[in-house]
Amino acid sequence: MNRALSQRLESFGPALVVGAAFFGVWELAVRALDIQEFLLPKPTSILAALREGWSSSEGGTLGTVSLREAGFNTSMIAVSGLVMGVVLGVLLALVITRFTNLGSAVTPLAVAVNATPIVALAPIFNAWFGLTSNASNQAVVIAVVFFPVFVNTAKGLTEVHPNQLELMRSYGASELTILRRVRIPNALPFFFTSLRISAPLSVIAAIVAEYFGGPLSRLGPVITQNASFARYDAAWAAIVVASGVGLGLFVIAVLAEKAAMPWKRPEERP
Amino acid sequence: MTSSAVLVKGVDKVFNAGSGSEVKALSGIDLDIAPGEFVSLIGPSGCGKSTLLRVIADLVAPTTGTVEVFGKPAPQARIDQDYGMAFQSAGLFDWRKVAANIELPLELMGWSKADRRARAREMLELVKLPEFGDHYPWQLSGGMQQRVAIARALSFKPQLLLMDEPFGALDEMTREHMQNELLGITAEVGTTVVFVTHSISEAAFLSDRVVVLSPRPGRVHSIVDVKLGDRTDDTREDPEFFTKATEIREALRDVEAAA
Repeated sequence: MNRALSQRLESFGPALVVGAAFFGVWELAVRALDIQEFLLPKPTSILAALREGWSSSEGGTLGTVSLREAGFNTSMIAVSGLVMGVVLGVLLALVITRFTNLGSAVTPLAVAVNATPIVALAPIFNAWFGLTSNASNQAVVIAVVFFPVFVNTAKGLTEVHPNQLELMRSYGASELTILRRVRIPNALPFFFTSLRISAPLSVIAAIVAEYFGGPLSRLGPVITQNASFARYDAAWAAIVVASGVGLGLFVIAVLAEKAAMPWKRPEERP
Repeated sequence: MTSSAVLVKGVDKVFNAGSGSEVKALSGIDLDIAPGEFVSLIGPSGCGKSTLLRVIADLVAPTTGTVEVFGKPAPQARIDQDYGMAFQSAGLFDWRKVAANIELPLELMGWSKADRRARAREMLELVKLPEFGDHYPWQLSGGMQQRVAIARALSFKPQLLLMDEPFGALDEMTREHMQNELLGITAEVGTTVVFVTHSISEAAFLSDRVVVLSPRPGRVHSIVDVKLGDRTDDTREDPEFFTKATEIREALRDVEAAA
């Protein structure tokens, strides 16, 4: 076995073992304790419902949509909202870095807005953008993603070591040069930290928003409808799809981080 | 035309003037530094030695008075990149490899890539790190990072080097080693150095003259002429070295007593 592969196994191995044990114990516990499937379905039942409902709307899921379609639709809302939230967050961070006075005016408001549970606004957004439009669900995702990206990126752009700024000024560098050569690279680790937080968050926000309204061909309605008809295995299968989407976005964020920052010191494993 | 490398005339610096938190950092500073001279600024904390260095660098504007660097007003000298700077924290950019860190000032000056490469290699030889150009800063020890910072400050061969406790974070042996190297490098290029330090022995070993500052507001208390000539590690055990260190120490005690 080559070295890279064995190192990989070494790092992922324990997680795989723990994961397998978790599902094993779950399965055995449900069987041994004779837990009712509507309380907690066995992993194997969830897997069966997932297989059945994946490409067919006739199988495990109620309604008119397959899990694959519902997952795809929800992913589109999460990803488009994520992208827009990230763009807005980064833009506002750049603006307040340039105009520090504006920063001290805007930041308290942004903090206050963040303290508001954004998903609580979902019914309001439905009234604004229409109950069955994508826009109201997207707006929830944007609002949820925006804040961590804005705050972290602004921090990275402004928290540059004073000596580094003095050094750049000693070279007679303009503010624009300092932004490009120092502030932006300095902000990258902060930005990617926020991306790792907000990527899975975008899926959570999308699904919670879907509970309140929007088109029915989404994971949110699939979960609520199946649960209300006591088809818990199908509801769980939709949850598995949702967690897969969140995990996928998280992995993409981590890979993007690695690609964007080749200089980063490898993290030490405890 | 003037024959001074740095000429400070009647400089006062007041921070937050007119407000309740007004601080008089410098008062009536006059200082004339000759080309090729090594001058240290020493004094208790709050004596304004770092502020004075930044006034010379035009990173802080004096409230009154003038600063000339090689006969030009300080702002012009800054824009012309007439001096290099190094700080206590190496201040290397994490995202640039060691060679690219050294090349940064050259890049901003519009040097070609080939010239930058060649100069970075030359500077890495000078600070005895020739094989580390392709490393990232985190892969280097603190002492090595500091040497890179000095290589960066010297990369465009400025005639003036402004240093703010550059060896303050290093252990004693590395510090002495770096002092030897700094003297060798500046002698080779004929650089004028203004050097802020807390350390009496460092000031005595390195300097031609030591400017002792008194605090609140920062004033020139006295100037100690040192000039130990060619220095080696043996100089650190030389009676002449101790005499000069004692002279500086007594001036500092006098400052403390007056405060």
